[in-house]
Amino acid sequence: MKSRFIYLMPLLIFIGLFIVVFIRLQMPIDPHEIPTALLNQPIPQFEITLLNNEKQSLSTKDFMGHVSILNVWATWCVTCREDHELLMKLAKSEPLIIYGLNYKDSKQESLAWLARLGNPYRKVGFDQQGRVAIDWGVYGTPETFIIDKTGLIRYRHTGPLTESVWKKEIKPLIVELQA
Amino acid sequence: MVPELGHFALILALVFSLLQASLLFYGVFKNQKLAEAYLLPLTYGQFCFVFLSYALLAYSFIVNDFSILYVAQNSSTQLPWIYRLTAVWGSHEGSLLLWVFILSIWTLGIAQFSKPLDKKTMAIVIAVLGIIATGFILFILMTSNPFLRLLPQVPLEGRDLNPLLQDLGFLIHPPMLYMGYVGFSVAFSFSIAALIVGRLDAQFIHWVRPWTLFAWCFLTLGIALGSWWAYRELGWGGWWFWDPVENASLLPWLVGTALIHALANAEKRDAFKSWTVLLAILAFSLSLLGTFLVRSGVLTSVHAFANDAKRGIYILLFLFVVIGSSLSLYAWRSSSLRKEVFFSPFSRESLLLANNVILVVIMSAVLLGTLYPLFIETLGLGKISVGSPYFNAIFIPLMVPLLFLMGLGPNCQWQQMSFSLLFKRLRMSLLLSLLIGISLTYGWMRSSDLLTCVGITLALWITLSTLQSVYRQTQRTQSFYGMVIAHIGVAVCILGITFSTTYQQERHVRLSPGDLVSIGQYSFQLEKIEKLVGSNYGGFSAKFLVKKNNHRIAEMDAQKRNYHIAGMMMTDAAIQAGFFRDLYVSLGEPLDKGAWSVRVYYKPFIRWIWLGALLMMLGGILAAWGIHSRRRV
Amino acid sequence: MKIKNILLLITSIFLMTQVYYAAAVTTDIYPFKNTQQEERFSVLLQNLRCLVCQNQNLADSNAPLAEDLRQQIYEMVIKGDSDDEIIKYLLKRYGKFILFKPDLDPNTYLLWIGPFILFLMAGIAFGRFVYRRRM
Repeated sequence: MKSRFIYLMPLLIFIGLFIVVFIRLQMPIDPHEIPTALLNQPIPQFEITLLNNEKQSLSTKDFMGHVSILNVWATWCVTCREDHELLMKLAKSEPLIIYGLNYKDSKQESLAWLARLGNPYRKVGFDQQGRVAIDWGVYGTPETFIIDKTGLIRYRHTGPLTESVWKKEIKPLIVELQA
Repeated sequence: MVPELGHFALILALVFSLLQASLLFYGVFKNQKLAEAYLLPLTYGQFCFVFLSYALLAYSFIVNDFSILYVAQNSSTQLPWIYRLTAVWGSHEGSLLLWVFILSIWTLGIAQFSKPLDKKTMAIVIAVLGIIATGFILFILMTSNPFLRLLPQVPLEGRDLNPLLQDLGFLIHPPMLYMGYVGFSVAFSFSIAALIVGRLDAQFIHWVRPWTLFAWCFLTLGIALGSWWAYRELGWGGWWFWDPVENASLLPWLVGTALIHALANAEKRDAFKSWTVLLAILAFSLSLLGTFLVRSGVLTSVHAFANDAKRGIYILLFLFVVIGSSLSLYAWRSSSLRKEVFFSPFSRESLLLANNVILVVIMSAVLLGTLYPLFIETLGLGKISVGSPYFNAIFIPLMVPLLFLMGLGPNCQWQQMSFSLLFKRLRMSLLLSLLIGISLTYGWMRSSDLLTCVGITLALWITLSTLQSVYRQTQRTQSFYGMVIAHIGVAVCILGITFSTTYQQERHVRLSPGDLVSIGQYSFQLEKIEKLVGSNYGGFSAKFLVKKNNHRIAEMDAQKRNYHIAGMMMTDAAIQAGFFRDLYVSLGEPLDKGAWSVRVYYKPFIRWIWLGALLMMLGGILAAWGIHSRRRV
Repeated sequence: MKIKNILLLITSIFLMTQVYYAAAVTTDIYPFKNTQQEERFSVLLQNLRCLVCQNQNLADSNAPLAEDLRQQIYEMVIKGDSDDEIIKYLLKRYGKFILFKPDLDPNTYLLWIGPFILFLMAGIAFGRFVYRRRM
């Protein structure tokens, strides 16, 4: 009977492989999304000058004591436009503290964009070299982080913010964190 | 009208494939005459309609019929006509149609050229191929129809072929690869037939060997072309990236290599049949798996082909049916093929078996590495990468014993060989290769790299011992010379890999027009940077003047192309090829003040990698031809 | 002997074309003070994944993020940080996905040890088979 089992082995291995791949195909995973290593970690120590004022800065301190949102954006990023629309709406209607990080962009164009489309951000850091973004583990624009009162990163969203993401994921989390 | 005709032809082809599968299977068990009578007409019918369908799609590309979604997505009026032909297989739908087309060519070939074989087996073989064709055509019709219309709004211009694929190497890479993949279906269907009939005699094996060798040659060429294409088109001079898509083609190659050796063993000794049958099933299963991996999008890869989950599920289920049922059949029936033969631990038989075992282990390791990130993700353990550092660390140590055995095999007799005699024969080769390998590496090249030493030694060992076997062999048949050439091809390939990895020189510099960069005796002067205007692209072209020891040897033109329609930036490297070295210049990004970032490489012996592959292929063809013309009594 | 001569000829041709760095006229994008640092930099880049590309390492990629990371790693190498420190820095920000050569940990035991266990098992099975069929 032992030799029979040997002939069965290939089939068993194949069925094992099949089950794993089948389950994987049923899972709604975007192969391009990379989970952040910074989830539930304190935000990085950083300080960066503001887009509209070289004398002032955005730094780790700004995130302490309240729930805040950090949105990484650039004018060359097409989907950031959608983010911006939603953020404008939220800035008007909700009691939120939104910070921006302007990523690898030109100062002039970024200021012009804010003047034209409105400024939902309390402060916008100007990260021309993309160094602060590396500290935040950013790998593309737009990216949005939710930071709790103690300065821990609780959520990261990559890609455009949509109404449904806001309603289903972000808002409940913010309400919970603010309580 | 044309696309509808093409679509209709494909439906008819499906009908023929279904008939092929059902009628022939029915005939085999119930009515032998029926199977014999319908075998050829059905095969011809299927071939004709698949061909018609394929030809109509190709025609639509030539005449720029953008009312067809697939054409509009993969071609444009600005695309040169030759690339319009290759654009047929430039994306998912068309490449599957090519797959089916090649399958129908192989099927026709077998049906036509297998007169000497027993009719019952033939009918089963064609029926199995019919099942595979049915599965694929159904897949195309249900999820990936290339003839879908884009009505009523017909675009005036297409979205152009992916610029990466607008290349000479790519012109023939997929068809060759598919010829190999699909070619393994012959050995596969023969194995199924053998399992059903419960008999696999030497005549069968003799007949299936050339087909399998041809498939292997095509696959070898396909992989080599793919590597050559990556070297020139991806713009950074690498030739193998251990990318999932590349691995998908390597897996069937490894098992196919084992299979062609196992077939030699099986024919000679009329034994090891159940193992050979398993290898044949594995080789084709892995070809199917390759298609699945590339098309389903479950793995992230450098080749960002379009993909969607529905297709993945379909191919996976198809794979489950085909592979699952053949492995079940194997588990159930293979003991009927058992036959005990005896041989000494030092004999051609045992060495060929050892080759098989190691190749299957290597294949499993590559498969493990390729699928591992997927396992981890499925189990919810996060996301990891498994890349070339891992594969090199695993693949190379496993290759070493295999390459060592390659030297022994041809010098070993069938059945029995005394160890002392073998050692006596080969000790000079062993000593010489060790001596030269070690003194070259540590002495002349002053390198301390162990891998370089191992590479050189093994290449020498294979060459010397193979040549020794020529000297000893009394019956030098055509297929024997085929083996010799293929084995020397492996040695050439190893030398290419060893030297090009260890002695590559690279500089990444900032150059303004007039600036000079040198690597050793070679100097590259950036003469000027010009605007570039091509048929479907614009960009920049950097002209370099290359000197060796202050003698001018070449002008090189490295380009940065911007394909307007596809909206993609492409690095078109300049390559000055030579037998012993390539010079490779690739234009990076523009920097400030008119300067550019430029990468310059000196790549010794890199051509030998592909030269080795070509030799392997040539050897394979010679062996196939030799076996084919040697009549079995 | 003839073969050996040909081989020697080939290797000696190779040795003639064997090259060394000459005095540079131009500026390297990443200049190093010594070859050890240069070697470390190049190995590091080859073992790290460009996150935004499909399957490229940091050395080969032209993506802006890859350029920034190259610059960051370059500065760390120049500063004298060890490979471990650099890898730790990147792991903290981007997670294990950035490593092309996964660390040995419980999740990857099978990946690293599997092939060799398989090799061993196959070797034993082969040995037993051959022993049983010996003449």
